[in-house]
Amino acid sequence: MKILKLTVLTLLLVATSAAAQEPPPVEVDIVGGGVKSAVTIAVPAMPSANGAGDSLGRQIAEVIASDLRSTGLFTPLGPSGIGGYSYAQASSPNYGEWRGAGASALVSGYVEGGASGRVTVACYVHDVTAGRALANQGFTVAPGDWRRAAHKCADIAYSRLSGEGAFLDTRIVYVAETGPKTRRMKRIAIMDSDGSNHRYLTQGKATVTMPRFSPRGDRLVYTGTLAHKPRVFVIDIATGRERLLVPGGMITFAPRFSPDGRRIVFSMASGGNTDIYVVDANGGPPQRLTSAPGADTSPSYSPDGRRIVFESDRSGTQQLYVMDAGGGGQRRISFGGGRYASPVWSPRGNLIAFTRIGGSFNIGVMDPSGGGQRILSDGWQDEGPSWAPNGQFVMFHRTARGSGATTLYAVNINGGAARRMPTPQDGSDPSWSPLQN
Amino acid sequence: MRNIVTLVIAALALGTAACGRKQVAPEPLPPVEQAPPGEVVAPGDVELTELPAAQADLIAKAGSDTVYFGTDKYDLDDATRATLAAQARWLIANPNVRASIEGHADERGTREYNVALGERRANAARDFLVSQGVPTARLLVTSWGKERPVAPGSNEEAWAQNRRAVTVLVR
Repeated sequence: MKILKLTVLTLLLVATSAAAQEPPPVEVDIVGGGVKSAVTIAVPAMPSANGAGDSLGRQIAEVIASDLRSTGLFTPLGPSGIGGYSYAQASSPNYGEWRGAGASALVSGYVEGGASGRVTVACYVHDVTAGRALANQGFTVAPGDWRRAAHKCADIAYSRLSGEGAFLDTRIVYVAETGPKTRRMKRIAIMDSDGSNHRYLTQGKATVTMPRFSPRGDRLVYTGTLAHKPRVFVIDIATGRERLLVPGGMITFAPRFSPDGRRIVFSMASGGNTDIYVVDANGGPPQRLTSAPGADTSPSYSPDGRRIVFESDRSGTQQLYVMDAGGGGQRRISFGGGRYASPVWSPRGNLIAFTRIGGSFNIGVMDPSGGGQRILSDGWQDEGPSWAPNGQFVMFHRTARGSGATTLYAVNINGGAARRMPTPQDGSDPSWSPLQN
Repeated sequence: MRNIVTLVIAALALGTAACGRKQVAPEPLPPVEQAPPGEVVAPGDVELTELPAAQADLIAKAGSDTVYFGTDKYDLDDATRATLAAQARWLIANPNVRASIEGHADERGTREYNVALGERRANAARDFLVSQGVPTARLLVTSWGKERPVAPGSNEEAWAQNRRAVTVLVR
């Protein structure tokens, strides 16, 4: 198992150019039903400060442009097909020139080689219409981690111009699938949020499903197979080492970490009944949280760790319930006239994503009391939502009728078409990492 | 491991007329940390060894190793009970094997719920086998959820074939 080097980024805070007041988000007016108008943002190739290599500056701009396009809020210009600028102009661009190119915003910067081959990427975000810089930050990385600097820069542009939190410097873990429906091979795979740096964490000999990140992004919990039973395993992403969470032959599945990373909540099935349990993330005796007759599963913590949302068919159909983290106060929250499953609490705490089961399966969100429900996807079988760390995007997988082909999609909770995520094969059960440091 | 694979291939070559016949070779243990010295591995955490020759005999004598269920249901109809009763007679006559009763669901449910539903089905079949005199200690219960369909279509006929519980003989 390859060892993934954990990257340490040094953030250099560069003095911001004078902006007397916090400028309002530029033209990204998000109303229900979608973005009013995408921001045209120029992303030219970054120049080199000291001969660090112009090709790297171009590659960085390409990653930034691709990231910004993926948010659905921007129309990037470049780096191909537009002009460049000099190192000196990185912090003081010719705004008139960019206005002339049709841009209302600009991402500029430069690449500087340093000691031991480390690379510094300076990133500036400008309001071209108003003719002033909005933000700037520098990132120093090992040369192999230049993509992280590009994602961080794209995050600055995205969050400053949309008013939303960052989410582009993240990873996705999911189940890579190949083969016919009757002999499916499933492997856990991990990649950057734009599909880069893709690798497999399991070999595909055993059925694996539902991998989920720990709160610090350093471990995964997932449902594997042992002795023909679904079993919960914990993997250390850097070392690849894994262990069985609950020994003793019980069927355990659908695990998730608590927000402090110290506990894992999961389902256990026995005697025709499935209930929710919680256990110390390092192992130990599980504590039972639910005991109603029925299938209680798919638990997910609120971001403050005080409550858990889960699905249960104790009423006769699958519905969503919320309880205290200790199991008390169980109450139903879904009354929308359908069946509801696989709930996941937003990292912002304000929404719960779910799979709504009707004639088809669709992804939706509701507030934690069950109101304000809206449906976000329109496939035949969309399920398994996972939140971006900024609470603005939900990833899920779509299954095609007949072929069973599975594809990952991401959708903005404010509406708009779901965007297909690039994976080398089919993919299901995505989990979005927290924002990386 | 090689001998088991050879037997499975031979068993498959003998014919797959039985509905719902398991087609997948037994899987090796996934990579797991070795237990520290002195720590005992629980019996439920040891990989199962399938018995293809015995399985073929069960199918031949009991008629089938698989029973079927209605949509979102886990109750046993008359045909299912008859099949399970025949399986029970075989198990009582062959006391040296155990059985893993394995429940499955069709693709039209969400992943987690289907694991629970498969377990309900397997549990119902197991309880009936016990009522017919098979000792509980010889029966394991598990669920594959919707992960292992035998019929690939997205239509009523395929879904009906996938809603099942399979009696898998193990050492």
